[in-house]
Amino acid sequence: MSKDSLDSGGFDFSIIEKRLGVSRRVFLQYCTGVAASLGLSTKGAMAMAKAVAQPAKRPPVIWLHGQECTGPTESLLRSEQPSLEHLILDLISVDYHQTLDTGAGHQVEDIKKKSMAANKGKYLLVIEGAIPVKDNGVYCKIAGETMLELTHEAAEHAAAIVAFGSCASWGGVQSASPNPTGATGAPQVLKDKTVLTIPGCPPNPANFLGTVLYFVTYGKLPPIDDKARPKWAYGRLIHENCYRRPHFDAGRFATEFGDEGHKKGYCLYKMGCKGPETYNNCPSLEYNNIGGQVWPVGVGHPCFGCSEEGVGFEKPLFSLADVKTHTPPNAFPDIADREDSSGVSITAAAAAGAAVGVAIGATAVAASRLSKKDTTDENSEG
Amino acid sequence: MERRDFLKAALGGSAAAVCSVGMAQARPNLEPAEEAVGMLFDSTLCVGCKACVAKCKEVNSRVPAHSDPDNPWDSARDLSADTFNVIKVYRSGKAVNKDRIKDGFCFEKRSCMHCVDPGCVSACPTTSMRRDPKTGIVTHHPDSCIGCRNCMVACPYNVPQFDYNKVFGSIHKCQMCNQSGVERINNGQMTGCAEVCPTGATLFGSRKALLAEAKRRMTLKSGEVYTYPRGDVSKPDSMHEKTVPNYQKHIWGEKEAGGTNVMHISAIPFDQLGMPPLEERSAASVSETVQHTLYSYLALPAIALAGLTYVVKRNTDHDDDEGGMS
Amino acid sequence: MSAHKVLRQRLITFPFMLLLAIFLVSLYFMYQRFVVGGMGAVSNLNGGFAWGIWVVYDVVIGTALACGGYALAITVYVMNRGQYHPLMRPAILTSLLGYALGGFGAFFDMGKFWQFYEIFLPWNWNFNSVMLEVGLCVATYILILTIEFAPAFLERIGSKKLLRSLNKVLFLFIALGILLPTMHQSSLGSLLISMGHKVDPLWQTWHFQPLLAILSALIMGFSIVVFEASLTTAGLHQDDENTLLVGLGRIIKWLLVAFVVIRIGVLAGQGKLGLIFAGGSSSLFFIVEMALFILPIFLLMVPGANRNASQLLVAAVCMLFAGAAYRFDAFLITFNPGPGYTYFPSAPEIMITLGIISLEIMLYLFFVKKLPVLHGAKHA
Repeated sequence: MSKDSLDSGGFDFSIIEKRLGVSRRVFLQYCTGVAASLGLSTKGAMAMAKAVAQPAKRPPVIWLHGQECTGPTESLLRSEQPSLEHLILDLISVDYHQTLDTGAGHQVEDIKKKSMAANKGKYLLVIEGAIPVKDNGVYCKIAGETMLELTHEAAEHAAAIVAFGSCASWGGVQSASPNPTGATGAPQVLKDKTVLTIPGCPPNPANFLGTVLYFVTYGKLPPIDDKARPKWAYGRLIHENCYRRPHFDAGRFATEFGDEGHKKGYCLYKMGCKGPETYNNCPSLEYNNIGGQVWPVGVGHPCFGCSEEGVGFEKPLFSLADVKTHTPPNAFPDIADREDSSGVSITAAAAAGAAVGVAIGATAVAASRLSKKDTTDENSEG
Repeated sequence: MERRDFLKAALGGSAAAVCSVGMAQARPNLEPAEEAVGMLFDSTLCVGCKACVAKCKEVNSRVPAHSDPDNPWDSARDLSADTFNVIKVYRSGKAVNKDRIKDGFCFEKRSCMHCVDPGCVSACPTTSMRRDPKTGIVTHHPDSCIGCRNCMVACPYNVPQFDYNKVFGSIHKCQMCNQSGVERINNGQMTGCAEVCPTGATLFGSRKALLAEAKRRMTLKSGEVYTYPRGDVSKPDSMHEKTVPNYQKHIWGEKEAGGTNVMHISAIPFDQLGMPPLEERSAASVSETVQHTLYSYLALPAIALAGLTYVVKRNTDHDDDEGGMS
Repeated sequence: MSAHKVLRQRLITFPFMLLLAIFLVSLYFMYQRFVVGGMGAVSNLNGGFAWGIWVVYDVVIGTALACGGYALAITVYVMNRGQYHPLMRPAILTSLLGYALGGFGAFFDMGKFWQFYEIFLPWNWNFNSVMLEVGLCVATYILILTIEFAPAFLERIGSKKLLRSLNKVLFLFIALGILLPTMHQSSLGSLLISMGHKVDPLWQTWHFQPLLAILSALIMGFSIVVFEASLTTAGLHQDDENTLLVGLGRIIKWLLVAFVVIRIGVLAGQGKLGLIFAGGSSSLFFIVEMALFILPIFLLMVPGANRNASQLLVAAVCMLFAGAAYRFDAFLITFNPGPGYTYFPSAPEIMITLGIISLEIMLYLFFVKKLPVLHGAKHA
């Protein structure tokens, strides 16, 4: 991206260069990239850049862990976005995070309580992991309290709630049958609140960062779909942007690992790829920021639908997906749709009408001539 | 002969002709060829990928339909001279539930049904439409075709299609990938569309085996899991498990107009999927019964000609002085 | 022998020029069809309506309208009504023109016109095909009509010897000229059988298609004789042949009654009477069509009306429209190839048909003005 394409509007970015240790150019590139992912214009990117460079006050974040493997946090930590850790530490004030906190025990629990009291109605609550609800939630306790209680307590005065990862979004792996602990997602526990979900196992860190940047810039959460997922990230099926899609359309499929079709990079649908029923942006963002199609389908394994409730951990790994591309099906001709079925053209109707009219007219003229003749005949005979 | 007599004779003659039509040995529906090959289309398995359409175009060297810079996709609306199979959609209301009648949708394939008693074969004056005696495949032979398009109007499914936009056009239709130069079936392969179908929605096989498979599916209970074969029903290249939908208990092509070698099953009633209102007796069998009654060995016309010649000769001799015809 | 006369009138008249103009316009579209873009360029034919007005008007209706020669031949040579002989030659001429141009129209409609001869090669014949019977029979009949009309030509060039020998064997051709239309006019109805459900139930009478077709063809044949004789009388200022036509009117009346009784009887037998009053466009077209068949019965029944030439003409036109409607309804208007298919002829398509009709009328005018066709003296 050239410098000229962004109007800095007289804004001094030197402060950023000093504070984050990145050049103005790299910083603006990052903001523009995130804005583009969110579907925002360069104007949005500038707003984002200013918000990051000059935060009015870094929003405090309370980060809870439930039943999970810490995958979302791990994935976030390994993100190679430019100076991510700087950004994340400078952008938000992570007041409580069980994995990242240096302190421990009563000390951190105290800090959490204080922060929540001090920032009532202003903090961002991030939930990572499922919440067991069976037997009053006794299957997951932190500092003597159940995750269920902690979630309700933290959610009560949160400005916004984000469920990060499939476990927090809808229960994830531990909610799979028979679900002995009654593992449940945050939106199901916090029924009366809006919980934005960023599912995935692990979720793509960019989806979280983009959402947080949006929150910081505009003070609200981005538009969401019916499963409370940000539309900018989960608006399309994996199948729709998959680079193997042309093979699907042409009927070229890999049927088993290592067969000729698999070697040639054919579509993995027949091997149970759940891309056609999973909403996520993996094909366009990939993972780990190294390019080269680093994501499951890209490395030759069918998508297993990790981010889709009812698919990941639910459907057999290699069973066929229900293709959702065409719902409602508008790329298909209706039963009654026909080639070259034409209506009535005005000239044609006129020509047909004229022909019939001339026939009737000629008859009328002849009939009148004949009746005249009849009369004269009768007269002459009489 | 008096006019009254003539009318009597004429009416009597027509009545006799009609009676003889009724009484003559009616030509029954043709029977399926012993080794008939066909396909089974299970609309509940179809995911609308159109791989079959793409493969069909490849095998038959057809160009994409309506493909231009504004519509880069091959978006055929129906069968045409360039499209031998097409996936169409049934939709009602919000069109969100697959294989449901209400607010539902499902995909339906259109291609030659390869009738057991084909109307096109019966109607073609120059034997350019033929039913292969061994495989039952209905083929087209353009070399003797005059382009009268009687096959098109006599086909219950509007399958044969003519290149209207070419001066030197021709009739085109699916020939089950067995036309000379392709001959996939003769070479032991299956049809292109069945080969690429990822779900086994289009299944290839002998008519008998396919009919048995279709009947088996009719007995399945909605909700249970069934292992569906892909490719050739007798030697599937792979299988996959799927929950059984709520099938309509109707195998289209088992009996309709004498049956078809390409059969359909679905969860949506077939009249909603654009299938024609056919009875069990084929129109071809009725038409041929009438034709053969009237023209068998040209017996009736010969007798009529003899009678007419006699009468005309007598009547022209009678008024010879008037100069006959002149 | 020389009872027929050449009409010594100017050929180039205003109506003739008008017809020529229509024909020239249609020539342009014929060029489009055969050279530039094929049938698609000029017609609205599609996958469901493979047959449009070129088949249904030019062939199915056109040849029925050309049944005048056939109907009269039955009257004159089978029923031995010699008094109708004066109408014979013009009727043969219109039949010849009608059939020849029907064949011409079929050529337009023939998708692979450059292979038309394939239907005449015996090793191609499919004896199950109604179309084969129609194709061969119509082609032969055109030949027969040419032979039947040959005396007019031979008289004109004064070839007495040829004329005599032709007259000796003419009875055979006359017999064939009665048999062949009986065959193919009924078969034109049989074409509908193989279309099965696509033909509306009110018109799909299955085994009765050939009977109804031949009856309606006879009605149209007699009507066209009346129609032409009337027009000739009115238009070419010829002596009227009213008394003759009145007799034909009586024959037609009984044919009409037979047709209507069988038509309704068959529907009753097939349990379809309810469909007539089921509402919808099919019912409407059926009722209009039947009205056109029934109205002339009354027109012809009124005592004294027979003598009224103009009323006879109106009745004849009614029946022509009735017969045409019967065919149009069955083949096109209520024809239903499935949901989504529609057809209405395009303007160029109509122009080509009009061009053929114009050519037919021009040729008729040419022949009656150049060859001894019309009957000279007042009939006996």
